[in-house]
Amino acid sequence: MSDTPGNPVMRALRAKRWNPYVVGVGIGVLSWITFLTMDKALGTSSSMVHVAGLVEGVVNADKVVGPGANSYFAKEINDKTPMFDWQIFLVLGVFLGAFISSRLSGDRVRECVPGLWEWRFGPSKAKRYVAAFVGGAVMLFGARMAGGCTSGHGISGGLQLAVSSWTFFMAMFASGVAAAFTLFGFGGRRHVRV
Amino acid sequence: MFGFDSPTMILGGLVTGIVFGFLLQKGQVAKYRTIVGQFLFTDHTVLKIMLTAIVTGAVGVYGMLELGLIQHLLVKPAQLAANAVGGLIFGVGMAMLGYCPGTGVAAMGEGSRHAAVGFAGMVVGAGIFAAVYPSLEKGFMKIGEVTVAVGEQVTSKVTLADITGISPWAYIALLAAIAGVVFTLIGRWERQQSPGA
Repeated sequence: MSDTPGNPVMRALRAKRWNPYVVGVGIGVLSWITFLTMDKALGTSSSMVHVAGLVEGVVNADKVVGPGANSYFAKEINDKTPMFDWQIFLVLGVFLGAFISSRLSGDRVRECVPGLWEWRFGPSKAKRYVAAFVGGAVMLFGARMAGGCTSGHGISGGLQLAVSSWTFFMAMFASGVAAAFTLFGFGGRRHVRV
Repeated sequence: MFGFDSPTMILGGLVTGIVFGFLLQKGQVAKYRTIVGQFLFTDHTVLKIMLTAIVTGAVGVYGMLELGLIQHLLVKPAQLAANAVGGLIFGVGMAMLGYCPGTGVAAMGEGSRHAAVGFAGMVVGAGIFAAVYPSLEKGFMKIGEVTVAVGEQVTSKVTLADITGISPWAYIALLAAIAGVVFTLIGRWERQQSPGA
């Protein structure tokens, strides 16, 4: 990749990998900008409540808005935070940004069953998809209980020194490590990069 | 119910997201092996990115607060039982899926198929939480609530500086020091793994 033609900027945009410290500084500076210009902090998981509310709302709108609404939907989706709010467009942007980045570098993947998973649980797509679905559901349930996820609590809350966020961060990291070693064992460490 | 934010905020959110997603993809954290590799301690990219982002962000945000460029923080309520139990549940789900919500969406952008299945699961998980929330909101969600009085108001949106009375800059310096130690140890470990690299 180092002999990609073009100016240095294009070369950087086409690179597969940036130094993680550069990426970290970039995300930190991005937080300054959202605080300063939009009075917002980076976060993603409340958007999943909005999407869930949208799905539910198509079937049964009374559960999402109005006097008979579910109290959580009422708390998360209202006049102050409309259905299609700042963050839901941020999540759409994350998809687009990763798409653009991977197209520029040719780092496109069609991963269905990661190597580590296959080593431990076999090549079945169905099995992997069930685990991914359940994992996603469990994770978001936890995120909404805690009030945020790795971005909203982890990065945005962490940088604000929030008591809630550091509590979340330590709990989720400890449990993630315990769960990963339970799933893959010590031997899994040799198969992560497969 | 299908209300929209102002056009400025929509555009701002979209541009912020594109930059965020671009950075996540270039940082290699839109990949299953990077996320699970962090939990198994074979790849420390996640810690490098998160700690750098936190320290950088903290300096800028607290700096802007001191200078009066921003008027307030955007802290989430300290309800320690919910924060901790939610975090424990979150970690289990994240290890199963191999992505967090933001990196999962970035992985979909990169083309990962199982991340898309995980996204459907996330939406369902959010819906399940909404369904059980009415039975939690008055009891469980309030356990371990930490509050401080700010003027007339009592708030649970508290920082470490608020509850200890120590300057936030002391915490930021401590975080920077911890990050420095962690990065040094990671660097030493990486050199041991691949001598000559």
